[in-house]
Amino acid sequence: MERLPLKSKVLNENQRIAEELRERYRNSGTLCLNLISSPGSGKTALLERTLASLDPSTRVAVLTGDLQTDNDARRLARFGFPVQQITTGGTCHLDGRMIEKHLAVWDLDEIDLLFVENVGNLVCPSSYDLGEASKIVLLSVTEGEDKPLKYPSIFFKSDLFVLTKIDLLPYVPFDADVAEANARRIHPEIEIVRASATAPGGMEAWLEWLRARTAAFKERAAVAGSVM
Amino acid sequence: MHELSIAESILDAVRAELLRYPGAKPLRVGLRIGVLAAVDIDSLSFCFESVVRGTDWDSLTLDAKSCPPTRRCLACLGDFESVEYNTLCPRCGDGNTISTGGDELDFDYLEVETDGASSTQVQSTE
Repeated sequence: MERLPLKSKVLNENQRIAEELRERYRNSGTLCLNLISSPGSGKTALLERTLASLDPSTRVAVLTGDLQTDNDARRLARFGFPVQQITTGGTCHLDGRMIEKHLAVWDLDEIDLLFVENVGNLVCPSSYDLGEASKIVLLSVTEGEDKPLKYPSIFFKSDLFVLTKIDLLPYVPFDADVAEANARRIHPEIEIVRASATAPGGMEAWLEWLRARTAAFKERAAVAGSVM
Repeated sequence: MHELSIAESILDAVRAELLRYPGAKPLRVGLRIGVLAAVDIDSLSFCFESVVRGTDWDSLTLDAKSCPPTRRCLACLGDFESVEYNTLCPRCGDGNTISTGGDELDFDYLEVETDGASSTQVQSTE
């Protein structure tokens, strides 16, 4: 009997594709953001309001994943930006190959901002790198404030936590400060914004984060470009 | 839920590794899985048994080791295991610490049975 050391990652093939995607995003100057949450936390609603607020000249595109139907793609396509539905069949997450396949029909040089709306699932998508610049986790106030502790992985891996549906706070026994403290316990550096896709002004903190993130990404790309 | 696809990825990787060791029979594959990797070890073991059953490798077993979250203190450079997600350095009490592990989903080793001939072949190819 012989014991051979193995140094690779289990999801080696996905990792390889993710690194290729990351390289392509870098070359095309595309900021890719991967939105992850339970079903019903408001990923599509947040994206709808985001697209509605963007100037029509913004070069933004969306890939949206679900097990079945193209309902989300139809909801998001109303805003005039390129949108594709990824129907996974039964798979509980998006993987690098699905992204690669759907990007084939787009010219990444024409896209500055790419949203990937993952399959509604707080567990499995966190294992799959899609080459994104940041993972963003959403949690709504109709869920439990201990969710960051119950599902630590995605909070650990996300750069931003968007607390959604905050217009419902008066009606639910949800302590937003506790939810945020729980997320910071898992990931002390995580950024947090509160959002509502229906209340006036409810999108401001998120849109401000998005503007700052886009500006920082462009600046970094410019610095990298001048070094080369 | 995604443990089945992970089990299949493990089998693919074993298959690829064995191309370098013709004639070798895989006995056990070792993994390191962080508690923050969002992978349930029991569920993965169950899925893995299902994917190897009925194949030539149905005696292949999984040895998945759970790895705790670990952090490094930037003040004293000490490494520590983060218990209950505590981020304060237990040695010097500093709060400026960074994550160094706990989300692994890595291979560790592959145990194989080789006969003399195939072992020689392994050496000759390297």
